[in-house]
Amino acid sequence: MLEVANLSHAYGDAPPVLSSIDLEVRPGELVSIVGPSGCGKSTLLRCIAGLQAPTAGQVRLDGKPVDRVPDNLAVVFQDYSRSLFPWMSVRDNVALPLRRRRKNRAQRQENAMKALESVGLPDAAAKYPWQLSGGMQQRVAIARALAYGPEFMIMDEPFGSVDAQTREDLEDLLLRVRGNSGMTILLVTHDIDESVYVGDRVVVLSKGPARVRADLWVGLPTARDQITTRELPEFVHLRAEVGRLVRGREAADEPKS
Amino acid sequence: MTAITGDHPAERPTGTNGRRRRPTGVPGLRILTGGAARLWLVALLVGCWEIIARTKQDAYFPPPSTIVRVFHELWFSGPATHLFLTDKALDDFQPSFVNLFCGWALAAVVGLALGILLGRSSVAREILDPVLQFGRAVPPPTLIPFFIVVFDFGAQMQISTIAFGVIWPVLLNTADGVRTVEKLQLETAEVFGITGAARLFRITLPAAAPKIFAGLRVSLGFALILMVISELIGSTTGIGAHLISSQQGMELPEMWAGIVLLGILGCLFNAVFALVERRFLSWHSRARGLDS
Ligand SMILES: Nc1ncnc2c1ncn2[C@@H]1O[C@H](COP(=O)(O)OP(=O)(O)O)[C@@H](O)[C@H]1O
Ligand SMILES: [Mg+2]
Repeated sequence: MLEVANLSHAYGDAPPVLSSIDLEVRPGELVSIVGPSGCGKSTLLRCIAGLQAPTAGQVRLDGKPVDRVPDNLAVVFQDYSRSLFPWMSVRDNVALPLRRRRKNRAQRQENAMKALESVGLPDAAAKYPWQLSGGMQQRVAIARALAYGPEFMIMDEPFGSVDAQTREDLEDLLLRVRGNSGMTILLVTHDIDESVYVGDRVVVLSKGPARVRADLWVGLPTARDQITTRELPEFVHLRAEVGRLVRGREAADEPKS
Repeated sequence: MTAITGDHPAERPTGTNGRRRRPTGVPGLRILTGGAARLWLVALLVGCWEIIARTKQDAYFPPPSTIVRVFHELWFSGPATHLFLTDKALDDFQPSFVNLFCGWALAAVVGLALGILLGRSSVAREILDPVLQFGRAVPPPTLIPFFIVVFDFGAQMQISTIAFGVIWPVLLNTADGVRTVEKLQLETAEVFGITGAARLFRITLPAAAPKIFAGLRVSLGFALILMVISELIGSTTGIGAHLISSQQGMELPEMWAGIVLLGILGCLFNAVFALVERRFLSWHSRARGLDS
């Protein structure tokens, strides 16, 4: 259980980025977070992950306050290319977090290969990250987080650079992994369709400072399908609603600034 | 505090689209062919020198052929079982090389350790910065008299001179490299539980390696200079001592042979170092090659 209570954050003397955010995520839930760009989504995730101490409020994971990165939590960073280590092969990058899981080298390499296969990159194992395209690097970063086998996964626009087909495959992979392992996932996306398609809930943030503008329950069947789910009337209705919430606020902001 | 140059600015390999490939092949090959192409100029200069020296018969400028002959006789006309090295070669080279590498290795180890400390701790940086700036500013040969007083003439004095003189590039570059590791890389390590020694050896040092190697390379060049200087002063063995004794005997070809030897050694050390560096930093140069 993840609880975010009254979380606020400001960078230095700048105006606050986050303002009194309250959020609860139950075990096994997949919550999508959407909001206008620059509204503070990455900041929120960093506070939740324990990488950034908030100026006020608290984050609790399974009842314990988060003051450093919990060891059952993985992060897929928005800036994926810089979070991969250029001096390690792709396989070593993916295998690196498994050191903490007390596995021997052979097991680590095997798990890394499995994770790379799951994101469709078994052939890239011996390459270096900088030899791959942006989309492939992003999938390596996802494979690394999956190989780690965390209970909580925080993903910051994880599919931003991949092509449409791969994106759908990765969305389905995520739903499968969540179904199999019961992982709790917090996913930031700028794609409104995606937020509805993968989410059990969609949290919409407003801008300047970020507040929870809406917290919508996605009442779609658990088993989702790229074609049929997206044509359900509930889906169409929900994506319109989320779209209005995100854009409406942006439009209302404009005359002010 | 800034790093000694000789380094390429740390570039991050972002593998997004729009990268340009350099139209070059294996870098080693390029250096070789480029070297061969430039060699004709050297040959021309040596040829001119030979002709002029023979016609002028100036004792100060013996013709290259004489220098080469003396060079060979002095050091490389020994028995095959000794790799053609003469006894004099063993006498001259051994102390010089031992001093050079002991001094350089000492500077590398201490410089690396202090550099890591300084890179990690901003408190240590603030406290030690004035001392370091001053230490770096002292021209190393000025310490020779001091080391002579402390150690008397000999290997200890020479090694200390070299070590003290060449530690700065390693130390400052390591500190700079360690301090400027990408924040996101450290955060990634934190998320995935890579801490302590694992973080130092798998993240921090590899990330700082391009700067560390640049420092080591500059140091190696300095070390050769300081090796000769420390031997020119009151030493009876080593290549520097050979230079002095041939100067005192007015043996100009021998002296020139020593100068040529030092030039060759400098090139050789640089080449070997470049090979080692390429082995450890291939990711860096290749990432840059694809990206920039
Ligand atoms: N390290 C930082 N220091 C100062 N300001 C920052 C920092 N990171 C982000 N910001 C600012 O905080 C705001 C929110 O950024 P961010 O959380 O990255 O938004 P989002 O992920 O929603 O695009 C932006 O205005 C950004 O400029
Ligand atoms: Mg962001």
